[in-house]
Amino acid sequence: MDLSLSTETMGDRTIVRVGGEIDVYTAPKLREQLVELVNDGSFHLVVDMEGVDFLDSTGLGVLVGGLKRVRAHEGSLRLVCNQERILKIFRITGLTKVFPIHTSVEEAVAATD
Amino acid sequence: MATVELRFSALPEHVRTARLVAAAVARRAGVDEAVLDEVRLAVGEACSRAVGLHQNGGISAPVKVLLIEEEKQFSIEVGDEAPHAASGGRAPGDTPGDTDAETEEDEMGLAVISGLVDDVEVSAGESGGSIRMRWPIVPPAGLLD
Repeated sequence: MDLSLSTETMGDRTIVRVGGEIDVYTAPKLREQLVELVNDGSFHLVVDMEGVDFLDSTGLGVLVGGLKRVRAHEGSLRLVCNQERILKIFRITGLTKVFPIHTSVEEAVAATD
Repeated sequence: MATVELRFSALPEHVRTARLVAAAVARRAGVDEAVLDEVRLAVGEACSRAVGLHQNGGISAPVKVLLIEEEKQFSIEVGDEAPHAASGGRAPGDTPGDTDAETEEDEMGLAVISGLVDDVEVSAGESGGSIRMRWPIVPPAGLLD
């Protein structure tokens, strides 16, 4: 299982749909995608992780890196995730306090805080 | 001898193979299904860390994974050959470039492992380090009677 990535724009938000496994091998592709979006001026990102089967600390590192980049432009990075096994990794690393995590893309797009 | 021993070139693309093999052997050994996701993640973290240590240290030796089935527990030991400074600091010869980022990733990997696995030992010496993790084996229901 490789990593699949697709993007879609909704108003001023850019949705990044991620599928497959985010690990030490595939995480650089996600990093490239996030860097490219920020370089192209997309500063409000919603990363939809509903299609993610596996996430490790390398993937967490890429998401934290993405958050740092968008914050440098007063942007935001929101996650969409309902999978308990993925949410658990955010909880044990304390990152639930760092990322706003939503139950649907619609909810993430509507969020403004 | 380990139940299954795996050696792989220190390349990121092989970490997935190690995860799959570890989960398959753990399942066969009788580790609870509900814990297999944790086994998969923990062994992936340990292998990713070892791959990083070998790549950063220019070490050509393979990463070694021992999967050991015992009567009441299942152990996984992931060994690297990276020389670790006794104080836990950076070893000489490490590339200074991305030191902070590498250290952060290394620490995040260890944080995930210690958050996931109750029984874990991390050791490091001049000739390499290892992470040993253990999980209880659930006896088959039929054997309890």
